Amino acid sequence: MRFAFTDDQLAFRDAVRDLLTRECPPGVVRAAWSNADGRSGGAWKALGEMGALGVMVAEEHGGLGLTELDAVLLAEEAGRAALPDPFVEHTLAGAPLVATEEAASGAVTVTAASGRDLVPWADSADVLVVGGVVVERGTAAVDPRPAVDGARRLAAVEVAGAPPLRTLDPTERDLTADRLALGYAAQLVGLAARMLDTTVAYVSERRQFGVPIGSFQALKHHLADSRIALEFAAPLVYRAAYSLAHRDPDAPVHVSMAKAQASDAAELVARHALQCHGAIGYSDEHDLHMWMKRAWALAAAGGDASWHRERVARAIL
Amino acid sequence: MDLTWSPAEEAFRVEVRAWLEANVPAEPLPSGDTREGFARHLEWERRLFDARWSVVSWPEAYGGREASLWEWLIFEEEYYRAGAPQRVTQNGIFLLAPTLFEFGTPAQQDRFLRPMASGEETWCQGWSEPDAGSDLAGISSRAVRDDEAGGWRLRGQKTWTTRGAFCTHLFGLFRTDPEAQRHRGLTYFLVPLDTPGVTVRGFGRLDGDEGFAEVFFDDAFVPDEMVLGGVGEGWSVAMATTGSERGLTLRSPGRFLATAERLAALYAERGAGASDPGLRHAVAQARIDAEAYALQTLSTVTRIAEGERPGAESSLTKVFWSELDVRLHDTARRLLGPDSALDGPWTKGWQFALSGPIYAGTNEIQRNVIAERVLGLPRK
Ligand SMILES: Cc1cc2nc3c(=O)[nH]c(=O)nc-3n(C[C@H](O)[C@H](O)[C@H](O)COP(=O)(O)OP(=O)(O)OC[C@H]3O[C@@H](n4cnc5c(N)ncnc54)[C@H](O)[C@@H]3O)c2cc1C
Repeated sequence: MRFAFTDDQLAFRDAVRDLLTRECPPGVVRAAWSNADGRSGGAWKALGEMGALGVMVAEEHGGLGLTELDAVLLAEEAGRAALPDPFVEHTLAGAPLVATEEAASGAVTVTAASGRDLVPWADSADVLVVGGVVVERGTAAVDPRPAVDGARRLAAVEVAGAPPLRTLDPTERDLTADRLALGYAAQLVGLAARMLDTTVAYVSERRQFGVPIGSFQALKHHLADSRIALEFAAPLVYRAAYSLAHRDPDAPVHVSMAKAQASDAAELVARHALQCHGAIGYSDEHDLHMWMKRAWALAAAGGDASWHRERVARAIL
Repeated sequence: MDLTWSPAEEAFRVEVRAWLEANVPAEPLPSGDTREGFARHLEWERRLFDARWSVVSWPEAYGGREASLWEWLIFEEEYYRAGAPQRVTQNGIFLLAPTLFEFGTPAQQDRFLRPMASGEETWCQGWSEPDAGSDLAGISSRAVRDDEAGGWRLRGQKTWTTRGAFCTHLFGLFRTDPEAQRHRGLTYFLVPLDTPGVTVRGFGRLDGDEGFAEVFFDDAFVPDEMVLGGVGEGWSVAMATTGSERGLTLRSPGRFLATAERLAALYAERGAGASDPGLRHAVAQARIDAEAYALQTLSTVTRIAEGERPGAESSLTKVFWSELDVRLHDTARRLLGPDSALDGPWTKGWQFALSGPIYAGTNEIQRNVIAERVLGLPRK
């Protein structure tokens, strides 16, 4: 028994964190709100060059041939940076199915969606995994919709007339949905951790009544609750990654536990973060709203907390 | 990451399970917070000890099996799954013993550990006083030096002492230097409750059982060898004990996993008739939380196994398990509907669960600790 990541996995995570600190500062997220495709540009390219986008693509197709367990911490970093790119949709879900060198390097962007989800970044991706088929974007009908998170573009996609590059079997479909849910859960943990860090820093600086507002017990307790929520969400996410990587028959239930808990945790942390910031957090000139809106989007994507709780209920009751 | 048990650990589990299956009383014992029930529980403790299951992680010399922390977790999981009796010896075994192992002299360890493991001597905690609860450093019970007799004379009062009316010994803090600042000048004492000058009065807790006691000290003499850690060092010694109480040893995940499973069974029986459709998800969420707690524990034990020493993070754990316990039992009450007005195991458990956010440092205090020591927020 050892419930911890290997040094290699942690080193890969640190490298991705460093890269995103450089290539995806808040200014890049903000720019994606108003640029043409809602993407980072540079960060995506750099992630591709370091191999992060092909972690789960088989080695013979130019990937690293690793598993969900190696990808989960990278997804968490993508969340922490609020990376405006389909990192999870591509790296955990789409690229392993497309399995080409171009997908492994990110030269071709694959996006994916499950259930009734709108498809993220569908209008800028090259390949779409939607409704059990893999199609070229150009062959599908892509209908962009206004999204709350301006740096996570959404579109309704119709694949009825598109010639499938591939049709997923039911097992692949389920696995893809679980990988998306896992990836979103990991991103939510990263987003929440970042919102908590930012808020701790803010309340330690900001002064009212002659003292830092972080010395007020009401705010301390909001932030303590945020920290507790994270502490008891992250382990479920890591366990789900392990179970998927080992093809554990309970993996779908483990994914649901992770997604339910991470969604709730991120929503809670976002609420407390906003409250602790006061009006400045409510302003779109401050960065917090970009993290908060990503958290809302991902909490609802890939099955929301209730959907996943229901799946747990079906398994245990 | 490796979430599998080794063959040796699996074999350990099989052995634990087999013993428990053969030995756990078929009928639940009367509450350990009553005089009669306490005695019955001690008989059970003796059986555990004789089969060397009472303190699996301890050295063999004191009745243990030198089991690893992993095996201890397995033991606990099986123990609660089997519905075995509550451990009325817990305050000694889980709270005092880790402190004795760390701060006790060899003579103290030899004197106290074995009878503690067998249940021959039972320990209660003497921290709180009428005027010092959360503000533990504000205690006023004193220990006055008696050079001639080579020891200390205890004066004052402790209260809320769990099972104090039934235990043989008390451990706790007394002020040895009234001039020193609050946290200084405190000393950790081990006190036999039959010492002349000690009076114990038991009284009822929320559920009516005599689980509380107040303990009065009227110049009760204890010799020097009953000081644990140095004179004046009581605060840091005590913090080691309360760390165990919040963290790993007192509330192992097996307890909540077992309760979550029993809750699912209750849902199978009662869910169809429940008035609130949300209860189905409350039951699922309880299971998710119990597993989250178990997994968080695995990561803590991994860190300990790799040489780290968890600190203020134990406050995260304490808030989580105590509030989880309340939710688990509250969900059960709602499933029981009008039957929750009847005295039964779930309603008894509910009343006990409500004390979790109060004892072992209230959850408000824990949240302060998390904010200040885990997150680094300003104290003032
Ligand atoms: C079932 C049970 C068993 C117990 N067993 C023992 C035992 O064996 N031995 C023992 O010594 N004690 C025992 N206790 C006592 C326990 O340790 C105390 O109840 C606890 O420390 C709180 O102290 P208090 O009850 O005096 O409450 P108080 O300290 O008076 O607190 C009352 C309320 O004020 C809040 N409060 C106090 N200070 C602050 C602050 N700084 N910030 C925010 N809120 C604050 C508290 O959180 C609480 O909500 C037990 C208690 C219970 C319920």
